[in-house]
Amino acid sequence: MGFGLLFSTALGSLGSNKLRASLTLLGIVIGVSSVIAMMAVGRGAQVSVTARISELGTELITVRPGAQALRFAFFGGGGNSDVLSFSDAYALEDDVFAPDVRLAAPENSFSGTAQAGRENTFVNGVGVTAEYLEARNLEIASGRNISNADVLNISLVAVLGSETSERLFGQRDPVGATMKIQGREFTVVGVLKSQQGTIFNPDNSLLVPITTAHYRLNNGKGPIDLMPVSSINVLARGEKVVDDARTEISTVLRLRHKLGAGDEDDFSITTQQDTIETLEGTQGTFVILLGSIAGISLLVGGIGVMNIMLVSVTERTREIGIRRAVGAKRRDIMLQFVTEAVLMTFGGGVLGVAAGWAIAYFGDGATVAGDVIETVIETEIAIMALGVSVAVGLFFGIYPAIRAASLDPIEALRHE
Amino acid sequence: MTHDAPVIELIGVTREFQVGSQVVKALDGIDLTINYGEMVAITGPSGSGKSTLMNTLGCLDTPTAGTFFLNGNDVSGLSDDQLAEIRSRQLGFVFQSYNLLPRETALANVELPLKYAGGFNRRARWEAARRALDRVGLDHRYDHKPVQLSGGEQQRVGIARALVINPDLILADEPTGNLDTKSSREVISMLRSLNDDDGKTIVIVTHDPEIAEATKRVVTFRDGRIVGDRPSERVLSTGPAEPAGPRSGETE
Repeated sequence: MGFGLLFSTALGSLGSNKLRASLTLLGIVIGVSSVIAMMAVGRGAQVSVTARISELGTELITVRPGAQALRFAFFGGGGNSDVLSFSDAYALEDDVFAPDVRLAAPENSFSGTAQAGRENTFVNGVGVTAEYLEARNLEIASGRNISNADVLNISLVAVLGSETSERLFGQRDPVGATMKIQGREFTVVGVLKSQQGTIFNPDNSLLVPITTAHYRLNNGKGPIDLMPVSSINVLARGEKVVDDARTEISTVLRLRHKLGAGDEDDFSITTQQDTIETLEGTQGTFVILLGSIAGISLLVGGIGVMNIMLVSVTERTREIGIRRAVGAKRRDIMLQFVTEAVLMTFGGGVLGVAAGWAIAYFGDGATVAGDVIETVIETEIAIMALGVSVAVGLFFGIYPAIRAASLDPIEALRHE
Repeated sequence: MTHDAPVIELIGVTREFQVGSQVVKALDGIDLTINYGEMVAITGPSGSGKSTLMNTLGCLDTPTAGTFFLNGNDVSGLSDDQLAEIRSRQLGFVFQSYNLLPRETALANVELPLKYAGGFNRRARWEAARRALDRVGLDHRYDHKPVQLSGGEQQRVGIARALVINPDLILADEPTGNLDTKSSREVISMLRSLNDDDGKTIVIVTHDPEIAEATKRVVTFRDGRIVGDRPSERVLSTGPAEPAGPRSGETE
């Protein structure tokens, strides 16, 4: 029996029980569409995170206090925060000991309420030096940056993220306006350009001089040199010398902290490459997890197909007998049933890809529980899902088909 | 196709079944020769081996011992696939319960063997199926499904399906078993016409003496053996039978 005939025979059989065929198909549709949608969401998250990290520049190295394992910049500081000091940061700019370091920008985090007029909002603020913007690849939209004079003078000045600015001042240009942070009056000197990202989002941040954050907002004491910082953003002189810079940073800090040869580092150094790799690993696990859950529903759909095919073989025993009696070979019967199963799963796969695609397409940019969902639809995933649905049909169709083909024609003809 | 050899030649054909610990001989050393153009009734009580004989002749079953020549070729040792090929090219089978595919039209049912025989395009299959349906007088029923047809009509679709591959041999297993008297007579006269006018060799398994006598030769089975083999009363009453032997060249 030729392929065309096989196809039309299988299609005819499926068409004779449309409800059953469509319900079986639905199982595959749900499985495949969830694979597509889940993978799109997973890949979307992965791509946006990677893009955002790359935006910060691959030359960025983050130094944190404490020997703890890698932490991500966006999780904030913490840990043993008096290990890295303001003078450590400037020691990293030493041309002799750290020739591959272009600049070091220490930061200190604080949080609290910001208030302007009747508007107020909770902010996660950062105490910075003038170099912070360059280190973090940020730009000023209006006004000016925090200057090093501001740092020395412990000035009560602030640079707002675009979103913070909008929340506090609406559409007005806030430069020159006054606002209150934790009850202290500050003058807004600048606004950052919007970056519109989900992670490392500078839009809802607020920058003040690092000294102001320490002495005025965190009620810190002590001389400026010993002022603890929550992390130091270091820029290497080029992408190629990032690893050299890391070694130099380590050497300088070990010397300054008077660590012996056997002592472990009391700080941790993270390059952007480390962060990307770790994040991609995490995201990869996330994608695999989502994919597996979706895959399970595809598996369940496949079992549904097998179930229906087994029922179908029993119901159509007589038909099988008739076909065999008029000349069908075992192979013809087997191919007919396998074709039916594969047609169902392939049909389900096509509809599932369409449905998953639609979900991903219309879901792109949607906000779920405050997070913006980004989706990336990959043709490879769609093709793979189609391939898998055909494979599911083959895998789950072959056993019922073998059962059908191995029926004895005489017995099958007697079957009521 | 030459007709030097008989259509059917059974030599010592035995078919044993294992039933529990016992071995039952459904066919016990059958010798039987059926020539081209014959119309033979196989009769006998239930369990006498008629159906097993039919399954063997129809290449649905293979003998456990002995030799079966079909059109001069030994088919007793062929593989499952080879037997399927013979069924689709050389045999027409008519069943008691018609065995039509219920969802398919008369035309699609008749077309079915050609799909498995291969080598026929859609048009050729339809033409052959229409011709076969016309031959059994169902030219107005092409697109009817089995449920829309009477029992007699369904059986005629069954006969058309047997005819569509233009076989020399048609096997009918109790073809009138499910039919009323009137439809039975129609079916039998149809089979007789195929024998008389088209030269088909026809073997009918039947319980019904009336039908048996409407053929030309009656073979009686009991306990897996042939206990009688005689010309039918129709042949006897119309005087010496016309030669039932080969009708070379006429059928093809």
